[in-house]
Amino acid sequence: MGFPHPPHDRESVVLSKYFGDKEAIGLEGWRKRGGYVALQKALGMTPAEIVGVVKESGLRGRGGAGFPTGVKWSFMKPGDGKPHYLCCNADESEPGTFKDREIMRWTPHALVEGCAIGAYAIGAEVAYVYIRGEYTEALDRMNAACKEAYAAGILGTNAMGTGKTVHVYVHKGAGAYICGEETALMNSLEGRRGNPRIKPPFPAVAGLFGQPTTINNVETLVAVPHILNNGADWYKKFGRADNPKSTGTKLFSVCGNIQRPGNYEVAMGFPFKDFLYDLCGGPLPGRQFKAIIPGGISVPIQTREEAENSPMDYEGFVANGTMLGSGGVIVIDDAQNLVKQIARAARFFAHESCAQCTQCREGTAWTTKILERIVAGEGSTEDLDTLLEIGEQMTGKTICVLSDSCATPVKSGIEKFRGDFEALIKKKKVHMVPAQVA
Amino acid sequence: MSATRNEMGGERAPGDLAHGLHESAPHVPVFTGARRAELDELLTRYPQKMAALLPALWIVQEERGWVSSDAMAEVAEVLELTPAYVKGVVSFYTMYHQHPVGQHFIQVCTTSPCNVCGAEDVVNALLKHTGCEELGVTSADGKYTVIEVECLGACGFATPLMVNEKFIESVTPETVPALLASLG
Repeated sequence: MGFPHPPHDRESVVLSKYFGDKEAIGLEGWRKRGGYVALQKALGMTPAEIVGVVKESGLRGRGGAGFPTGVKWSFMKPGDGKPHYLCCNADESEPGTFKDREIMRWTPHALVEGCAIGAYAIGAEVAYVYIRGEYTEALDRMNAACKEAYAAGILGTNAMGTGKTVHVYVHKGAGAYICGEETALMNSLEGRRGNPRIKPPFPAVAGLFGQPTTINNVETLVAVPHILNNGADWYKKFGRADNPKSTGTKLFSVCGNIQRPGNYEVAMGFPFKDFLYDLCGGPLPGRQFKAIIPGGISVPIQTREEAENSPMDYEGFVANGTMLGSGGVIVIDDAQNLVKQIARAARFFAHESCAQCTQCREGTAWTTKILERIVAGEGSTEDLDTLLEIGEQMTGKTICVLSDSCATPVKSGIEKFRGDFEALIKKKKVHMVPAQVA
Repeated sequence: MSATRNEMGGERAPGDLAHGLHESAPHVPVFTGARRAELDELLTRYPQKMAALLPALWIVQEERGWVSSDAMAEVAEVLELTPAYVKGVVSFYTMYHQHPVGQHFIQVCTTSPCNVCGAEDVVNALLKHTGCEELGVTSADGKYTVIEVECLGACGFATPLMVNEKFIESVTPETVPALLASLG
């Protein structure tokens, strides 16, 4: 639902059904709402059967990459004699994204159940939920949920009385965006600095503690119990009839200059224009949307006109020149200095670069310096070419994509809003409506 | 604006040591009694001792309010690491304090989604009303330290801030005085 707003009748509420429902937080309330039925069912299936259903459902990774979850799970080979691990990526740090936070705050047992099923399906006895350190409430609720689940015999060495071992442990991060990158997350969990690792080897071959590992996002894992309960065909019905590649429901976090920010759950392929104006209430009084970033700050920025044409699924956003990403919709209106916000985004990446690759360490810092110089009214016309050139050097050349992510809003920003940059460079005032209108 | 991870070993300005233990005070071990038992339980969760490093550092910070060099050395000994290694990890993560901080450590999100909703005005109001005046510097009475922080993951509730472990959402410059009064 559009938490903290009441659900809109055009939402498809599955994962967010109990957001705001305090009774759903504890085990007793969660069981009354159908909790752990899917885990009981899963533990009676073979891992291969579970992977088959998830594959068939078309579920794809909700953290940003959109990799098919069942396929990812099938890379793991239960019974190969090695310990396997599941990592749940709950390091949600992509600016604009705050969906996993609500999942963990309101339905922590949904994630415990999703982790337990995921672990069993990949032949792992241990799942670690890596939660960013700032999510104190989510951490408390997840810790409490695990404790309840152990006390009730849901987790442990005789999970739900089946004799199978499933552990779910919460691991608290300590402040680093880069730990949301899967190999950095594994390093962090091992007690190292959060530097991403070179791939290959891929985590399914040598991941956490050097063993076969799968990393899944929170939202991906909480979808799994629903798929097991209702079937792959039920899940596939959410989506555009003409695009079978994106199935299910998706949580979108909405923030910035818009009437009703919050989390909304819609079927894949929902029209973005209706989403922005109908569900989220459109722009603030007296203002207009100027730029929209639909999938967290790492994806290409769009003009209002471009954005409004997209169906909200993996292929729909790509066809319109951007990406679904993490589903963090950032709306910037005509009362803002867009160049300043792009500079601020660059500063974010400069701060969060782990600094092991030169292109990223230097590129993010120089990009920020040049952009802030432009914002201060001290830019030159050559600066824009320099920024694009640096961006080129930062793309596709580093261990992880943080570097590319910094270049993306800069490159797309200059392409689509060049006039704003040039106006600042020429020290002309950019047209803005007064911010106090709201 | 906060400095980049590139430019420095940690997030904190040297600032004021008015609150908390001084580096020069003799180190009282953290991992004794219940805290040691807590760590021992944590160690059962991982196949390698080193994996308990972040949790161990959290225990130190919960106990002492910050992570001193002596505490790093203690953690190193307990987990069979070197103090230099532990410091390398501590300095990577922004949430471990390498210096004492104010009684109320206030982190304000100013990343783009909050920035477009007026986060910088919230920062200015906080600096004014806490008497800190400057980011990262603890107020003269030792009560407050204000820093800007990158995305807190509460973008729909701009402007969010954290006071120690507590999240406070939808803060505006107007609500700052009442917010500070409620902290005591």
